[in-house]
Amino acid sequence: MKHIISALVENKPGVLAHVAGMFAARGFNIDSLVVGRTEDPKLSRMTLVVVGDDRVVEQVRKQLARIVPVVKVQDFAGQPVVARDLMLVTISAPPEKRPEITAMIDMFRAKVVDIGPKSLMAEVSGPESKIEAFVNVCKPYGIKSLARTGTIAMPRQTKTEV
Amino acid sequence: MKSKSSTSARSAKKSTTKTGAQIIVDTLIEQGVDTMFGYTGGVVLPLFDRLYDAPINFVVPRHEQGGCHMADAYARASGKVGVVVATSGPGACNLVTGLATAMMDSVPLVALTGQVRTELIGNDAFQEADTTGITRPITKYNSIVKDVKDLARTLREAFYIASTGRPGPVLIDIPVDVAVNKCGSAGSVAMDLPGYKLRAKGHAKQISTAAQAINKSKRPVLYVGGGVIIANACEELRAMAEEAHLPVTTTLLGLGSYDQNKPESLDMLGMHGTAYANYAVQECDLLIAVGARFDDRVTGKLATFAPGAKIVHIDIDPSSISKNVHVDIPVVGDAKVILRELAGQVQYQERKVWFKKIAEWKKKFALRYDQDSATIKPQYVVEQICRLTKGEAIITTGVGQNQMWAAQFYKFTKPRQLISSGGLGTMGYGLPAAIGAQIARPDATVVDIDGDHSFNMTMTELATAVEHSLPIKVCILNNGYMGMVRQWQELFYGKRYSKSYLSNPDYATVARALGAVGITVDKTKDVPAAVKAMLKEKKPCVVDFRIEREENVWPMVAAGKSLSEMDGLDILESMA
Repeated sequence: MKHIISALVENKPGVLAHVAGMFAARGFNIDSLVVGRTEDPKLSRMTLVVVGDDRVVEQVRKQLARIVPVVKVQDFAGQPVVARDLMLVTISAPPEKRPEITAMIDMFRAKVVDIGPKSLMAEVSGPESKIEAFVNVCKPYGIKSLARTGTIAMPRQTKTEV
Repeated sequence: MKSKSSTSARSAKKSTTKTGAQIIVDTLIEQGVDTMFGYTGGVVLPLFDRLYDAPINFVVPRHEQGGCHMADAYARASGKVGVVVATSGPGACNLVTGLATAMMDSVPLVALTGQVRTELIGNDAFQEADTTGITRPITKYNSIVKDVKDLARTLREAFYIASTGRPGPVLIDIPVDVAVNKCGSAGSVAMDLPGYKLRAKGHAKQISTAAQAINKSKRPVLYVGGGVIIANACEELRAMAEEAHLPVTTTLLGLGSYDQNKPESLDMLGMHGTAYANYAVQECDLLIAVGARFDDRVTGKLATFAPGAKIVHIDIDPSSISKNVHVDIPVVGDAKVILRELAGQVQYQERKVWFKKIAEWKKKFALRYDQDSATIKPQYVVEQICRLTKGEAIITTGVGQNQMWAAQFYKFTKPRQLISSGGLGTMGYGLPAAIGAQIARPDATVVDIDGDHSFNMTMTELATAVEHSLPIKVCILNNGYMGMVRQWQELFYGKRYSKSYLSNPDYATVARALGAVGITVDKTKDVPAAVKAMLKEKKPCVVDFRIEREENVWPMVAAGKSLSEMDGLDILESMA
């Protein structure tokens, strides 16, 4: 099962290496890992997507918490969260195909962020499944290059999707 | 008046202006360090200059690895934090084995390493190595200090982290310019560790659940690891075990936590544990683990480990719980506090049937060896050392057969009596460990029960023992083989002794050349006299026991087998 784990860590050199090294040394698989600053300049947030059974994920959580500069670890499994990925994708888009492609981009509530003579770049964010779906509909046109973040997530205050 | 006060203000300011090196020495003294180990080098010159007249007993090993093991054993023998210093690059790299040894066995250690100048870091400078990168997985915590203002605080944090919770080694890397730079004040000294939280008290409900399980159990076994010794909780352990009337088995590192001469003692469990301990674990209905971590050498095949048992696990490290074995009643916290709580809640149960069964196993499968052998049996040597030191010596070991015979045939009664590399299994640990232990406990008799090939790895440290006039005893159980490897080759590789023997020097001659005493013994009848002579020596003394070459350690649970599937029981029984 996929678990989204959020770790608040001290913003110090070596912490990312420590976390990544621990995963490698203990044979845990990371699906994605995103690190970013928080509102507190002394802290960063790491969001990890980990695949494993409950025992493995429990160990992941405990081993993360054991790392001295890791301040807090949460496993979001079983609670409502907002989880988002961000993707930039350059699609082959000759002038005659553009109306069709932009209509598709609109449908996904994505944005055109750059246009070249033969291609355009779209920005899309959303749950992982939406990103995957967008990739699939872009494929027939030809994807020239693609970059995506891993998942970031926050627990919801409300139980329903807004 | 005015000028006078400004002068004194100036001098006060001047007196608080310190170099990084001075801050290091002052902080070490503030932390109560009176002994340290280490080797000098280019980038640690400023620190060593400050150590020149510091009130610290400084021991220089012949190799940084030896120094690290000495600091580790000093910590294990004293309960204090061990401190080791090394220079950058090769010096720091030579600490690696020692740090990993300390990490696996949860030993409080602070390692200080020099680093090249801050502006050279990353340039492949002379004697540069990425020390924090290399040592991150083998330290509890490490850090590089790039500003002298952070030095005092970081060092305090190092001692605090090393010695609290589940202890472990902490490495602080200090570039040479940081050691030279001056700091206007002492710098920031208050610790800032938002991610480091300690849980001392166990959860009250979990403790009472554990107590109820103990009270209900018909066939309990208490399984004790080194954590109980680290927590200084052996008295609480004894009290709880007696209160509830429990049989007690220990891991290798748990030896000494419980008096092995007591009838409730099952001695050591695991791969080379006693048959009675292993059978008791396999047939118990409740296994109470305290400060132990269900290592593969203890559990054997996990799927069939203690199959009928409910498991209680008391440990300060939450990540140890349910890591290898599913735990029914986890209690996270300090063993000392939890055992004391438990002792108040458990009730004495006779458990006649269970203790009768244990007594039968103990009789049937006692550890035995051939008593009539003309060639020296290693077990006999260990027994004689135990007898002639009245079971009160501090024993250090190498790794392999020598270590297992020491664990099986020396009867430990007190904590911090056995100092051995358990988790990492570091050959060459015994001699430097004996040096560190003797320095920590100058009045104790310290005996290194070693193997010839373990001794070969670090025997250069004999010179260190001689230099410091340490009366350590080194007993080499010399079979001319890497004995445990040979045993496995005999049992599992058709006696193809591939690369498991080397030509050894004459150890007595080597000892004498280095200024120690050397004795060679090759007959069983000469063993007691040689041990007696050794114990009388004031100088370091090496005794080369030429033992039976192909003696095996029994019983043995082959790797991947269940604890109850022991080999060699027929051999033990045949010698009854």
